[in-house]
Amino acid sequence: MRYVRGFRDGPAAAGLAALLAAEVDPQRQYHLMEFCGGHTHAIARYGVEDLLPPNIRLIHGPGCPVCVLAVPRLDAAIELAQRPDVTLVSYGDMLRVPASRRRSLLKARALGADVRMIYSAYEALQIAAANPDRRVVFFAIGFETTTPATAHIILEAHRLALANFSVYCNHVVTPAAILSILDSPEVREWGQVRVDGFIGPSHVSAVIGSRPYEYFAEEYQRPVVIAGFEPLDVLQAIRMLVRQLNEGRSCVENQFTRGVTSGGNAKAQGLVAEVFELRSSFEWRGLGELPYSGLRIKSAYGEFDAERRFGIEVRPVSENAACQCPGIIRGVKRPTDCALFGTACTPRNPIGSCMVSGEGACAAHFKYRRGALPTVA
Amino acid sequence: MCLAIPARIVTLLDDQWVETEVGGIRSRVSIALIDPVNLGDYVIVHAGFAITRLDVEAAEKSLALFDEIAAHLKGPVDALRPRIP
Repeated sequence: MRYVRGFRDGPAAAGLAALLAAEVDPQRQYHLMEFCGGHTHAIARYGVEDLLPPNIRLIHGPGCPVCVLAVPRLDAAIELAQRPDVTLVSYGDMLRVPASRRRSLLKARALGADVRMIYSAYEALQIAAANPDRRVVFFAIGFETTTPATAHIILEAHRLALANFSVYCNHVVTPAAILSILDSPEVREWGQVRVDGFIGPSHVSAVIGSRPYEYFAEEYQRPVVIAGFEPLDVLQAIRMLVRQLNEGRSCVENQFTRGVTSGGNAKAQGLVAEVFELRSSFEWRGLGELPYSGLRIKSAYGEFDAERRFGIEVRPVSENAACQCPGIIRGVKRPTDCALFGTACTPRNPIGSCMVSGEGACAAHFKYRRGALPTVA
Repeated sequence: MCLAIPARIVTLLDDQWVETEVGGIRSRVSIALIDPVNLGDYVIVHAGFAITRLDVEAAEKSLALFDEIAAHLKGPVDALRPRIP
């Protein structure tokens, strides 16, 4: 536990806060986006915002995989789960996400569908091997942290010739999402959202390395500091960003030196490259269609692609108009800007995806920050 | 979703699996995604898979820096108060 608890030390946090207060330029505003939901959660849980000078504002980014999954793709998963011969398995948070008409995979299960929750992708393989009479589909979601495990089990399924196993692939890539925020009209033209720098993801970067961010830092003149998920990591990363902005620099720096190298995990990258290829376009909730932002299974492993096997159709749907998740995912709105927040929409009965996972901005605010922020009437 | 924790390898089971320990809890973890590891190494575990080795030397360096900051700047003792412990 040393390498967890050590990074949650209260006195060191007080010291870092004091250093930060001395380093900020009181004449300027610092708008920093934490891309990743893991950071959003840590910031809310440990009250990191309470330790920051008032001219530093944190903006929550779209790095919550269940939050950014487009509703039509979730609808398609529910329809798949309702087939009598199919067993659909996925990660816990995914099962609770509301689809259109307030359906969810958990509700589908209550109505008789065979939907199972797994902790590790490997369990999907085990379920397929143990149930040869069922067509087992792994509903795969997540960023680069999660993708290599899916690649590995597809290769294992290929090796074991597990004919009853397939994967409904919804994996997405981080750099495309950051690019879309920097290119969005809110940031570029309307000036609605100001992002001066990014707190970069820790575990995504453990896999892809720090190199992929160099493009944003250079091309868009925004510093990126890759940070660990513990509160001291976040505080130190904010300090590093403030220092870069004060000095007029914009480079990629790595605070999470214990887990991230510049090249990342080459073996995991190799597995992903073997099994997956980029789709020319992929729909994200809140961000819309983003070019080259999602992965699909290569035709060499096409027999394990549920989209081919079942001819999955993705049909557009209209979402609950009152739900502000799309704006919250883009950083344009805060959870408390939503009239449903904490009233009709709560973690027990979520209406929007941001209220489901602990990484979602709404769920983190509801759990830890309800008293700290003004709420809408 | 991308949450992961550092865990120490306590048993090498085979070339694909190890047993790890965190705070007294032991778990079976796949090492299929990383280069070969040794007994006693720390790995960062995400959803049953080790995604990278933890660089203990770098971690100790960061902790030493934080210790130094805590010792020099005596602020309120408990600046981080988790709402849920």
